[in-house]
Formats: sequence, structure tokens, C-alpha cells
Amino acid sequence: MVPLSWYLIFAALLFSIGLFGVLSRRNAIAILLGIELMLNSVNINLAAFWRYGKDVSQMAGQVFAIIVFAVAAAEVAVGLALVISVYRRRNTVVADDISMMKW
Amino acid sequence: MTGGQIIFLLVALFTLGSGFMVVTTRNLVHAALWLVSTLFGVAVTYALLNAAFLAVVQVVVYIGAIAILFIFAVMLTRKDMRDQGPQMNANWWLGALLSALVFVGLFFLLQGWSGLSTTAADIPAGFDSISELGNALVSPDAYVLPFEVASVLLVAALVGAVYVAFNRK
Repeated sequence: MVPLSWYLIFAALLFSIGLFGVLSRRNAIAILLGIELMLNSVNINLAAFWRYGKDVSQMAGQVFAIIVFAVAAAEVAVGLALVISVYRRRNTVVADDISMMKW
Repeated sequence: MTGGQIIFLLVALFTLGSGFMVVTTRNLVHAALWLVSTLFGVAVTYALLNAAFLAVVQVVVYIGAIAILFIFAVMLTRKDMRDQGPQMNANWWLGALLSALVFVGLFFLLQGWSGLSTTAADIPAGFDSISELGNALVSPDAYVLPFEVASVLLVAALVGAVYVAFNRK
């Protein structure tokens, strides 16, 4: 049987990979891809804590994971709409070039 | 090492390998396709955790909707940085250092926690996690309010996305 720590370390590794993508990619869409990886690693943790908790009939972990699904879908829809809108006006998707709100 | 552990290790290696390709590959269409394979690995992880509903939702919502949306967005903005120029910014080593530090920090945080080697209790006979989850999502004693708030948030976000991306010309 797999101990809980394996799932937690797996999720921590996936989170770190996503964080690296967010911090180092230039393309705004690639940054959103990194955020997806981080959200997925959090969901693995939630499902693992539900399964390894004392009472499996406490569904809080799975319900929270479903809320995270909905929030991730909302985040991707708005994020990609912003990227496409910026691309239409300024012809770039490089995050460094979209700095008009920086004083 | 039991069969379950070997399966878990294979799935985890597959998922982490594809996740690494997502953040390092130069071609963004390929990165989006690697994301599909990462998400599939996570779906298999849910299946290993007996979370059947989450596994199905992962395939339907994440792979079927979100990853395809990414592929469309990459194709719509492709003219710009096609595969030329650096894909990483100048401070990528700082990002690598910081994410390695976050992993090391999480790892040592976990080492100090006593519940780490817990193994899962057997699922009671006759326990149906999908119907339990459905009851929890619509029961006023449980999570009906967060569920409804999430649906309102989704509607608001999608209306906002259409408004933001709408071409007025």
C-alpha cells in the first residue's frame, strides 16, 4: 500500500515544476500552463487527504477539489481572453512587453 | 515493493516527466499537448485514490475543455513568437532556484509531520463515494452554498471572458 507521503511528495514536485514554469517562461500562455500544473498538484493533495483521512464519508476533500476545478476553468477562460485581447491590440504575447500598467 | 507501489511510481514518473516537458519545450503547441498527458497522469492518480468522479471530471473538464482551449489560444496567437527567440526570460535560473527551494522547504516541512506514513484504511463495504459526493454537494447541511457560489463564479467568468475577447470592429 502506498503511504500518504508518496502522494504529498509527488504533488510537491509537480507544484515546483509549475512554479518554475510560471516564473521563467516569457510567453503569457505558457505562464497559464504553469498555473494549471500548480492547481492540479493541489488537487492531488486534496484527494489524497480525503482518501487517507480517518473517515472516508467526510467528502470535504473531494468537494473542495471540485470547487478548484470550477475556479481553474474560470481562471483559464478569463486569462486566455485577456491574452487574446492584448494580442489583438498590441500584437504580442510576451509578458515582459505587456508592461503598460507599470509606472 | 508491492504492485500498487510500482503502479504509483510509474504514473508519477510519467506525470512529472510530461510536466517537465510542459515548462521546458520550445513549441507551445507541443507544450499544450504535453499538458494533456500530464493531466491524464493526474486523472490516473485520482483513480488510484478511489476518487472515481474526480478522475472522470479531470478527463472531461481538464483534457476535454481546458487543454483544448489552450491549444486554440496558442494557435490564435502563434504569429508572434513562433519558435524563435528565447522561451525563457533572463532570470530563469532564479525561478529554478526558487522552485527548488520551495520543494526542499515543503519536503522538510513534511518530514516533521507525524501523520506522514499513514496508510489508507480500507473503503467500507457498500460505500459509494459518488452518491456520497452527490449528496454532499446538494445537501443544505453540507456544501450546497459553495457549490452554488462556484457555479455563479463560472457564469460570471465566462460572460467576462466573452466581453473581454469580443472584437468590436
